[in-house]
Amino acid sequence: MGTPIHVANLNAWFGSHKALQDINLEVPPNHATAIIGPSGCGKSTFVRCLNRMHETVPEARVEGTVRLGDTDVYGNGSSAVEVRRKVGMVFQKPNPFPTMSIYDNVAAGLKLNGVRNRRHLDESVERSLRQSALWDEVKDELKKKSGASLSGGQQQRLCIARALAVEPEVMLMDEPASALDPISTAKIEELIYQLKEQYTIVIVTHNMQQAARVAEFTGFFLMGHLVEFDKTETIFTKPRDKRTEDYVTGRFG
Amino acid sequence: MRSPSSHLSFARRFTNAAAMSVMFVMALLVIAPLVAILTYLVYRGIGSLSWSFLTHLPAPPGEPGGGMANAIVGSGIILLIASLVGIPMGIGSGIFLAEYGRNRYGNLIRFTADVLNGVPSIVIGMTVYGLVVITQRHFSSLAGGIALGIMMIPTVTRSTEEMLLMVPQSIREAAWGLGVPRWRTTISVVLRSATSGIITGIMLAFARVAGETAPLMFTAFGNSYWSFRVNQAMAALPLQIFYYATSPSDDWRRQAWAGALVLIVLIVGTVAVVRIAARRGTLRGVA
Repeated sequence: MGTPIHVANLNAWFGSHKALQDINLEVPPNHATAIIGPSGCGKSTFVRCLNRMHETVPEARVEGTVRLGDTDVYGNGSSAVEVRRKVGMVFQKPNPFPTMSIYDNVAAGLKLNGVRNRRHLDESVERSLRQSALWDEVKDELKKKSGASLSGGQQQRLCIARALAVEPEVMLMDEPASALDPISTAKIEELIYQLKEQYTIVIVTHNMQQAARVAEFTGFFLMGHLVEFDKTETIFTKPRDKRTEDYVTGRFG
Repeated sequence: MRSPSSHLSFARRFTNAAAMSVMFVMALLVIAPLVAILTYLVYRGIGSLSWSFLTHLPAPPGEPGGGMANAIVGSGIILLIASLVGIPMGIGSGIFLAEYGRNRYGNLIRFTADVLNGVPSIVIGMTVYGLVVITQRHFSSLAGGIALGIMMIPTVTRSTEEMLLMVPQSIREAAWGLGVPRWRTTISVVLRSATSGIITGIMLAFARVAGETAPLMFTAFGNSYWSFRVNQAMAALPLQIFYYATSPSDDWRRQAWAGALVLIVLIVGTVAVVRIAARRGTLRGVA
């Protein structure tokens, strides 16, 4: 089952530059939530705060509350490593491990966290590759081919499978299709549609059609502020804020 | 069919051809010294190279024949010790510099490594003489290995650092995003992605110290007999070449050429074998 995400008074900085201003947001479980906004508005920073990836950047800082179900992400007893095990992440550019086979790429999260049981690994790899709709294309050369030898679209589905293999509760996708061709993009979107039955999905996109196609909820970010958050339909048809309307109707951005 | 460049002006084609020839000549000039050394070594050394040269101890002064078997094995042992000293320390400090060293402490180590790289090998030999040989009270292959190992450290360190910095940040983020701790990411993902480059660096350092003579004069010292102990003076090819090449005996001077040929072949052979093995192993196993 997916987990709800509760964000309160979230602020984030890069050095002295404030990238997020007082974000408050409830991401519902088992739905896809899209984050839209022009370049540099803080969309990526926002999702990277949800799994504590923001703090890996030198001089980056976060304040505020993020809760994944019962877990206080920035609480005292919480560790970044444990949070990231519960939150899968897919990046803008496909980033398979270049020296690993397809199988090892998918199994990497488990193996690197100490899982050694062959049967368990085999099962996870097959399940994850089926979930990411890549199984049929690669099942014959799982251990022969390197992850980097796949096409861009396949690589991205491999990265999704890799994230799914560690059985996260939430999937964060940072413009997962922006480097892909239309057919691969369609496959990824289809996948998001299926994945939200089991996971809570947050997807950053600057493609508004994509947001409309895959997400039930949409948040519009502008210059580090969350301008508006509502049902996707509402955001695109009758937004409350003038700035949202200007953006979704293409008047700027 | 017109060739793709035929519509270009004569001047452009001429410039292109001229630039290409200049670069071709430059490339030839780069390999010329290597070819010259190898041919001359084969020319001078091949005559004295024989099975007994590879399997026999040096003959006593005045007697003909004899070989460098003990020096070949001795070089192997000393280089093994050097690798055990230099490679782990070099890789370790390279990892530190690349992954955790963007601060003053890192800069200090970087500076130290560069200075160490510039320290003349004979000075390193003298230092190890003072610290190890005098303490142990005798020359030893261990001291020789330590001296060469110290010389390997800066090269391995800086090449490891550079190779690790070339691994894209997105690969680290991919592993962190899976909940893999940072140290584990460094060892199992980043280091692995950079393996072939790091091996190249190690081989550079290895080849460089394999021919070092000066630091061994104070440490391993040389030996006319077999010795396999790390606390005994041990023969080494560069030492044997040096002693023979400066001796008055014609026979020994011919053997010095043969020894130099063997040394080069062994170094090139080791580097080639390691690289092929590394290439084969790249896509195998995880973690």
